[in-house]
Amino acid sequence: MREPIWLKRTLIFLAASFLFVMLIMPLLLVAKEALSKGVDFYFKALTDEFALKALYLTIEATISAVVLNTIFGLASAWLLTKFDFRGKTFLGSLIDLPFAISPVIAGLFFIMLFGRLSPLYPLLQEYDVAIVFAVPAIILATVFVTFPFITRELVPVMENQGRSEEEAAATMGANGWTIFRRVTLPNIKWALGYGIILCSARALGEFGAVSVVSGHIRGKTNTLPLHIEILYNEYNFTAAFAVASVLVFLAIIVLILRNLVERANKNPVEEEIPTDDKNSSELKAGVAHG
Amino acid sequence: MLLMVEVEVRNVSKNFGNFKASDNVSFSVERGKLIGLLGPSGSGKTTILRMIAGLETPDSGEIFIGGRKVNNLPPGKRGIGFLFQSYALFKHMTVFDNIAFGLTVQKKSVAEIKSRVEELADLIGLKNFTHRYPLQLSGGQRQRVAFARALAPNPELLLLDEPFAAIDAKVRQELRGWLKKTIHKLGITAIFVTHDQDEAVEVADEIIITNRGRVEQAGIPVEIYQSPKTPFVAKFIGESVQVPDCSIFKGFDEYESFAGILRPEFLEIAATIDEMPQPMPVTTERGIVRGTFFRGSVIQIDIEVKGQLLKGFRGLEQTTLHEGDEAFVFIHKIYGFDGDKTTVIENAAKRGESVVI
Amino acid sequence: MFGKSDVIPGRRLTLGITLTFVSLFLFIPLASFVLFASGMGLEKFFAAVTDWRNVHAYGVSFFCALAAGLINSLFGLIIAWVLVRYDFRGKKIMDALIDLPFALPTAVAGIALTTLYAQNGLLGKFFYSVGIESAFSPMGITIALIFVGIPFVARSVQPVLKELDPQLEEAANLFGAGNWTIFSKIIFPELLPPLLTGFALAFARGIGEYGSVVFIAGNMPYETEIAPLMIMTKLEQFDYQSAAAIAIVMMILSLSILLGIHGWQSRQLKRIGGVVGA
Repeated sequence: MREPIWLKRTLIFLAASFLFVMLIMPLLLVAKEALSKGVDFYFKALTDEFALKALYLTIEATISAVVLNTIFGLASAWLLTKFDFRGKTFLGSLIDLPFAISPVIAGLFFIMLFGRLSPLYPLLQEYDVAIVFAVPAIILATVFVTFPFITRELVPVMENQGRSEEEAAATMGANGWTIFRRVTLPNIKWALGYGIILCSARALGEFGAVSVVSGHIRGKTNTLPLHIEILYNEYNFTAAFAVASVLVFLAIIVLILRNLVERANKNPVEEEIPTDDKNSSELKAGVAHG
Repeated sequence: MLLMVEVEVRNVSKNFGNFKASDNVSFSVERGKLIGLLGPSGSGKTTILRMIAGLETPDSGEIFIGGRKVNNLPPGKRGIGFLFQSYALFKHMTVFDNIAFGLTVQKKSVAEIKSRVEELADLIGLKNFTHRYPLQLSGGQRQRVAFARALAPNPELLLLDEPFAAIDAKVRQELRGWLKKTIHKLGITAIFVTHDQDEAVEVADEIIITNRGRVEQAGIPVEIYQSPKTPFVAKFIGESVQVPDCSIFKGFDEYESFAGILRPEFLEIAATIDEMPQPMPVTTERGIVRGTFFRGSVIQIDIEVKGQLLKGFRGLEQTTLHEGDEAFVFIHKIYGFDGDKTTVIENAAKRGESVVI
Repeated sequence: MFGKSDVIPGRRLTLGITLTFVSLFLFIPLASFVLFASGMGLEKFFAAVTDWRNVHAYGVSFFCALAAGLINSLFGLIIAWVLVRYDFRGKKIMDALIDLPFALPTAVAGIALTTLYAQNGLLGKFFYSVGIESAFSPMGITIALIFVGIPFVARSVQPVLKELDPQLEEAANLFGAGNWTIFSKIIFPELLPPLLTGFALAFARGIGEYGSVVFIAGNMPYETEIAPLMIMTKLEQFDYQSAAAIAIVMMILSLSILLGIHGWQSRQLKRIGGVVGA
């Protein structure tokens, strides 16, 4: 199909302008607003006590979610791709479920589980354990919304690899850890990296679920996105955008990493692949020497 | 010479759901023999191989390797080398590391690993390729690396799953010869799975033919070709035409109606009755040539006899037959089916019985 | 199921870890929700579900997500087409940029879009001058939902378009088919399944989206309140039962969209003998 040049140009123009208006302009705006009161104000907003505390909490929640989901992602992907069992499809769909559930509803689940109306609530009160409106619930909600990310990246790749490399290693007497470390991991490292990046990005920016369970206690249960909301609602726009600019910066890093990972994955080792025609000479030599 | 049994499979059965992959399979393999497990796809040959390796578990029955029962041994402890159909080379390891893997797992010394890998790389003719990755090798080279990797830990038994399936036809021929020679030189026992009868006949010392999860026949290739024991083997090995009632043909007419198959070489096709080695009209059929096909060293003749289309060969030097010509057909013998047995039935003229001319 | 001896080790370990995680993080929270909701009583449930303010909020969420999904389908298709078929400067950047909504926190998108489209904003100025309220209106909500939905359609269509057999087009060309015929009869039918998948994902995401919308919506009762906001509001009033009821309606909405599209596709695949069982 050879479309006329005007059509091609129009389509490129449409795509580019759509993305410019919808994606680039908001990014530029964040930068402009963040610096609208000068560099000094910008850094003051970033080093504000509550901003820093929110940053620490965000990092804490993100690291927890990434660590837990990496363990879960590797285990579940191994289970789903290396073994056959009844209920496998169901388990796969169950893991994907958080994608179909609004983050606000995810937050609601944890309120129901640990909040005032929960049967667990008296028990938690008695032992003075704070889950809802405290850090544990923020971590739980973050894990929930990022739950499928790593599994979803790993399963198709591992499905594609098949089981024969692992079986081959097993016939040579390798144990589980050796098989995983030396045979499986090198094959899935890029997918794992990509999954971790996606999971971190989502965990850093999660708003709805965290908003429900956090209770918005400044300096205690505010993550960076929630801190931005508070500043914005207090009409402290410049500070809100200053903090937002940090998250924009992180998002751009995520996109760059994503691209690097994808490119590294695409070109493994490019060298001339010999054809079988050359084999004849090698073979004869092999038999003669051997 | 005392013959040692290396592998024994005793009454092994294996079901996948309702599918009988192995149905009471028994056979044994002598030490040092190269065995071909031959059968159509779905006949259960790969399942047998994988059960010997420990990659599948039999539902019942016993498997012995080197006199030791291995049913409960994991694959890594059975002293076997396995060559996967897709080779299953470790993509992220060099040729060297691939071959060395089994030795590394056994925690052999660096020097020992190095000398063993070099020895094997030399054997497979890839001495200068040990730094390459599998993706940088051709199909034939990959197969040989997989072969070397399976051999590295000095297994007693080598198992090969369709070793030539993924290789170009041109190189396949050469690799077959190489593999046979190399395995014999090493003196190792080997079992390979194939669906290609030419491959089995050419490479194997002995063939085990499987069908629907059962062993149909085992023996040396010539013996299987010359005296197939079951209708399946008769049909599966060699070219053949099946005829529902062979008693219609002259020379076989004193039998009751029986089904059987005719190999092309069982037929003598002559332009005139004088061309026949045994020109006996009572045992010679007439037929109409329905097609001629040049097959390289011979000409294939499709000839219709009593409503049956039969297939035979004629030499290139003989007078040419054309479509529509009438010709004479002498049937030397037929593999007649009797239930699930096959018997060779000779033409009356060859049985030396008195024939009235 | 468990007695089988595996060649590859790790069945018990990975099963244990997986079930523990699924129970702790998915199953128990979900079950506690179901338990709570089922103890609510039908009367209370229906009262909450049919409360007019809530119904209005589902409507806003549904129609704004639908509009955003449709707009994203059109532009997603164009973007995927341009990225697969053409070479131009900045193509790599465009390709990378599409994923920005996945990477950018929704709250950041929310405040940036609000500022852009508000009456004194860079783009808002233009819209308000021609009498269009581009923020604090259903249009504002739709704009935010377009933002979060951009990657879905483009990323679903892109790989399918890339894998499309060029011989199909060449064959059609040999019959003398024109560009439009080739596109509408040959290419588009192939792109329809991923287009619908992308649309369904964007649509379902839009119904549940909160962070990017809440700033630009204005949150006026009976006008620009969205369903997730109603859950937040009910929670703040400690009316957990109404919150649960609204959540159930939303979950039914998004699951039926996803399952509906999935069902339609399986039927299509069966009819044309697609990749099922290949």
